[in-house]
Amino acid sequence: MKIAKQYDDGRLTIYLYGELDHHAARGTMKAISDMMDMELPKETVLDFGGLTFMDSSGIALLLKVSRIAKAQMGRVWVEHPNRQVMRVLAASGIERIVPIAQESGKE
Amino acid sequence: MNVTNYIKLEFPSKSVNEGYARSAIAAFAAQLDPTLEELGDIRTAVSEAVTNAIVHAYPDDIGTIWLKARILEGDKLEIVVKDKGRGIADLKQAMEPLFTTGGEDRSGMGFTIMESFTDHLKVRSAPGKGTTVTMVRRIRRRRG
Ligand SMILES: Nc1ncnc2c1ncn2[C@@H]1O[C@H](COP(=O)(O)OP(=O)(O)O)[C@@H](O)[C@H]1O
Ligand SMILES: [Mg+2]
Repeated sequence: MKIAKQYDDGRLTIYLYGELDHHAARGTMKAISDMMDMELPKETVLDFGGLTFMDSSGIALLLKVSRIAKAQMGRVWVEHPNRQVMRVLAASGIERIVPIAQESGKE
Repeated sequence: MNVTNYIKLEFPSKSVNEGYARSAIAAFAAQLDPTLEELGDIRTAVSEAVTNAIVHAYPDDIGTIWLKARILEGDKLEIVVKDKGRGIADLKQAMEPLFTTGGEDRSGMGFTIMESFTDHLKVRSAPGKGTTVTMVRRIRRRRG
């Protein structure tokens, strides 16, 4: 699991690379919450374009990120999930809490 | 006799083995020539079952997890994930969407995902004895 960020004019974009499972979740969550605490963004974009796998551990992570964003009066959404990640997002119904902007179309 | 192919793996309940279990099942399933979507579903379902054994079955220590898979007639893949951990007292409640005893680190969506990503899910569990999750996924035969 790798993570990178870009901050521009109130928008924090967080890029995730690799496999987001229970093994990776805790470290990833810590990195994301540190970034959000530092930037206090109005908008947080989780760019899943580099994510090759995610299971329900990623759903728990999204719920936490959305709670942080709410406390900071900010918004959060997901972009570019691949097919596998999209299927997990859809099966969990998380879209009602964290919107999904665009599918990447990648397998 | 018609001997089908199978694998039996055993590993300690360390979270680093979640990725190993996904890779192992994907490598075994490859002989059925699954689509990327079928392969993704299988890896996800196994990830959920193995993570449950790591997180819930053996919360305070390291125990053993068994992962078995075999090919059934009709291009079906059967997967069994077994632990000898703490077990589940109320299975019906445990399998409800959003139910979790794992606090905010968990989503309570594991069983729901296993159910929707396979054709058949069966869970047997006894408190103090352990849990066995059996899943079957049919791989659609493709032409040419
Ligand atoms: N192998 C297991 N051993 C003991 N308890 C389990 C096991 N698998 C699942 N459970 C129980 O079932 C609940 C629901 O599991 P699941 O749907 O995967 O959600 P989550 O893992 O997010 O809690 C768990 O919180 C736990 O209480
Ligand atoms: Mg689970």
